[in-house]
Amino acid sequence: MRVNLKYFASIRESVGTGSEQLQTTAATLGALRDELIARGGAHAQSLARGRAVRVALNQVMSGEEAALSEGCEVAFFPPVTGG
Amino acid sequence: MASRVSIQTEDFDVAAEIAALRAQDKRVGAVCTFIGTVRDRNDGQAVSTMELEHYPGMTEKSIEAMIDEAFRRFDIYAARVIHRVGLLQPLDQIVLVVVTSAHRGESFQACEFLMDYLKTQAPFWKKEQTPEGARWVDARVSDDAALAKWGIASSNTAA
Repeated sequence: MRVNLKYFASIRESVGTGSEQLQTTAATLGALRDELIARGGAHAQSLARGRAVRVALNQVMSGEEAALSEGCEVAFFPPVTGG
Repeated sequence: MASRVSIQTEDFDVAAEIAALRAQDKRVGAVCTFIGTVRDRNDGQAVSTMELEHYPGMTEKSIEAMIDEAFRRFDIYAARVIHRVGLLQPLDQIVLVVVTSAHRGESFQACEFLMDYLKTQAPFWKKEQTPEGARWVDARVSDDAALAKWGIASSNTAA
């Protein structure tokens, strides 16, 4: 399926882009994260397990078990620091 | 209904926002306001400028949901949140929360609740310019603890 990816803040800087479109067979957010980590390089580093990475599915904070759907929007970002 | 949430680069006028929220509402007996501002020091280093990034769409929606939750929890009449993004300097205003209610207790509580919620759940990120270069601000465990006291688990800082 097709997924619209977004990256913010330090993760955006690290991977060098704020957004990309991706064809994936991943069924969940966690599987998608693993697929991106498997690319190696900046993706592997900034999304590595053990790092504080937050994930939003269709603009709602979500756990890694959340299921992807065709055309969904997935965002990866570090802990938030507003206010 | 007037907008409850604004994400903007421009500064805000606190008096004008309070006046708009009170409007002609004669039920209001308490107005509580919180303003967050840019400090010139953080974690022991001088800060010359601060850049704020957000997630257009999600940021607004998440704060709207927080205001809905504040209305469920507290007997309040109106709430307004403004958060600036882009390049800011020490002394600049960053964030405004205004709440109205009949009595002070509900306004104080709702105002603090909204700020505690916003700190750990609204997608904003701060980048500071220091003499040793730019750095992303670290999230604080104490902010997760602040939200926990309202009975909401937060794992903003968790790996």
